[in-house]
Amino acid sequence: MDLQILTYLMAGASFALYIGIAIWSKASSTNEFYVAGGGVHPVANGMATAADWMSAASFISMAGIISFMGKDGSVYLMGWTGGYVLLALLLAPYLRKFGKFTVPDFIGDRYYSKLARFVAVLCLIFVSFTYIAGQMRGVGIVFSRFLEVDINTGVIIGMAIVFIYAVLGGMKGITYTQVAQYCVLIFAYMVPAIFISILITGNPIPQLGFGSKIVSEDIYLLDKLNNVLNDLGFNNYTDSTKSKIDVFCITGALMAGTAGLPHVIVRFFTVPKVRDARASAGWALLFIAILYTTAPAVSSFSRLNFINTINNSSYESTPVWFKNWEDIGLISWSDKNKDGIIQYAPGNSLNPVKPIFSDQRGINGERIVSNELTKNKNEIYIDRDIMVLANPEIANLPNWVIALVASGALAAALSTAAGLLLVISSSISHDLMKKIFRPSITDKQELFLARLSAAIAIGVAGVFGIYPPAFVAQVVAFAFGLAASSIFPALIMGIFSKRVNSSGAIIGMVSGLLFTSSYIIFFKFISPDLNFSDNWFLGISPEGIGVVGMVINFTFAMVISFFTKSPPEHIIKLIDNIRAPE
Amino acid sequence: MKIINSKNYWKANLKIVLILLSFWFLSSFGAGILFSDLLDKIKLGGFNLGFWFAQQGSILVFVFLIVAYCILMNRLDRKYRADKD
Repeated sequence: MDLQILTYLMAGASFALYIGIAIWSKASSTNEFYVAGGGVHPVANGMATAADWMSAASFISMAGIISFMGKDGSVYLMGWTGGYVLLALLLAPYLRKFGKFTVPDFIGDRYYSKLARFVAVLCLIFVSFTYIAGQMRGVGIVFSRFLEVDINTGVIIGMAIVFIYAVLGGMKGITYTQVAQYCVLIFAYMVPAIFISILITGNPIPQLGFGSKIVSEDIYLLDKLNNVLNDLGFNNYTDSTKSKIDVFCITGALMAGTAGLPHVIVRFFTVPKVRDARASAGWALLFIAILYTTAPAVSSFSRLNFINTINNSSYESTPVWFKNWEDIGLISWSDKNKDGIIQYAPGNSLNPVKPIFSDQRGINGERIVSNELTKNKNEIYIDRDIMVLANPEIANLPNWVIALVASGALAAALSTAAGLLLVISSSISHDLMKKIFRPSITDKQELFLARLSAAIAIGVAGVFGIYPPAFVAQVVAFAFGLAASSIFPALIMGIFSKRVNSSGAIIGMVSGLLFTSSYIIFFKFISPDLNFSDNWFLGISPEGIGVVGMVINFTFAMVISFFTKSPPEHIIKLIDNIRAPE
Repeated sequence: MKIINSKNYWKANLKIVLILLSFWFLSSFGAGILFSDLLDKIKLGGFNLGFWFAQQGSILVFVFLIVAYCILMNRLDRKYRADKD
């Protein structure tokens, strides 16, 4: 069957499923809207957490990034899963024991301060919107490539779906749709990975195929990949090129940032008991690990496949997928030496890096770019985000697998977007309105406000999708850096210290936040031309600076608390209570 | 064995968390980053060991750590409840 029809069928069927679940599990109180009534089974919550947490970045982008970075790409694998360990051991059980609705709830109560709650809400809204912008780009790419609709139409369809199940269903609706979305996305990720692993190594388990020999050749996959890359002038795939301190800090910032992500933390408020919070953290990481150990295998397969298919073949003989992605503008080829044959080599082929297409076609039929051509031999520009999506096509897999991958990518993007929208809406209706500005509103009014702010947040997210800000890639470092330098330390000290008081926590959060954001703004926005290691503080890149911000936050909070009054008696009781067994 | 009351429950809890976090640190920051190049000299099938820890091993250790945490904490909770009665 035609790929487009198949994709419509599969994506349509999955959407119908999500909406059906939302109607079945509609929320009727704020308790159900914010935390699904607190009665979700740990295994279901584990799946929902996994879907919530694995975003378009994990599904679409991560394997592609690792594919081009090799061992340097490990920071994402270790950073995102390692942060999960911090969340499970240091935060989840205690926050569940605390037993309220939101992350600012904890910070506001523990530091007995509306200002602290307000600072937490600001960090949280900023982090969440940054994240949503990324999801919407993912939705846009999938729609424009596979459904061949306009990106804008695609984003509007996506918004409508999320609107229905997030606004109606609240946390309860989201939880059960996320369970379905996890099943769709993990199936969609594993099927092509297994196929490709069998094709290349003969081993059906990608994690093992990754370390196996290539079919009918007496050489290990990774050794072969190193050889092929060396011949083209690249470094070894299995060697690191970044400095140790930078890799160390980026991993640390991603870990602390992940542990501080509010939409993931809030999932642990939905289970009945502390014991269940621990169990569901375990299930969630198991479900996440299935994808995360497969991703690096997919990266190495697709890099090898990509080089074998493209390098030294003529443009005319390239497969259809190459031309399709070129038509959307995510691949470009400029025949520098005029031989009609594609050469792949280190370095950027164009200046500026991303292609700016003109309307004309070259003699071979390729799209002409108006960029300046760089002096190196590389003739190919390829957007890293397309590797996972193009992978089944590169490996010549049947159309239904390609359609499945498209549905999986949509499930990953929509599930995360919905979780984030809920966090934004509850922080506005609950933390800002109910707890700070209008304490007198009833439960019903609060529920209405929650739905209203979810609807508005979807609108804003949609605008991000239709007019994607050029800075989406830059702000991702921001989201993790800010979560690591503000929310994470405040939560940790709130649980593990009885001495840190409100002034310490507020000054800590603000100083961590100011330091991290000014460092990132300076290198990413004001002077991007200075953004290389000689100018960095201790050789730490903007991606890793959140670790320094975190240290600053901890230091200020503790020193200032030491010189000011201890927290009052009822706060000490509160801390004793969250530490005590049930 | 020592009797578990609410005061040393917290101490026992911290001990469990610290021990598990040291494995967390060793497998990721240790084997995956700091000593990764050294470990790369050892082969595990088609993998260099340091590379394997960075892209596979650390994640497997993480899953194992959370499972261990659940088991140890549930055991501690049971002991606490038993001692209280």
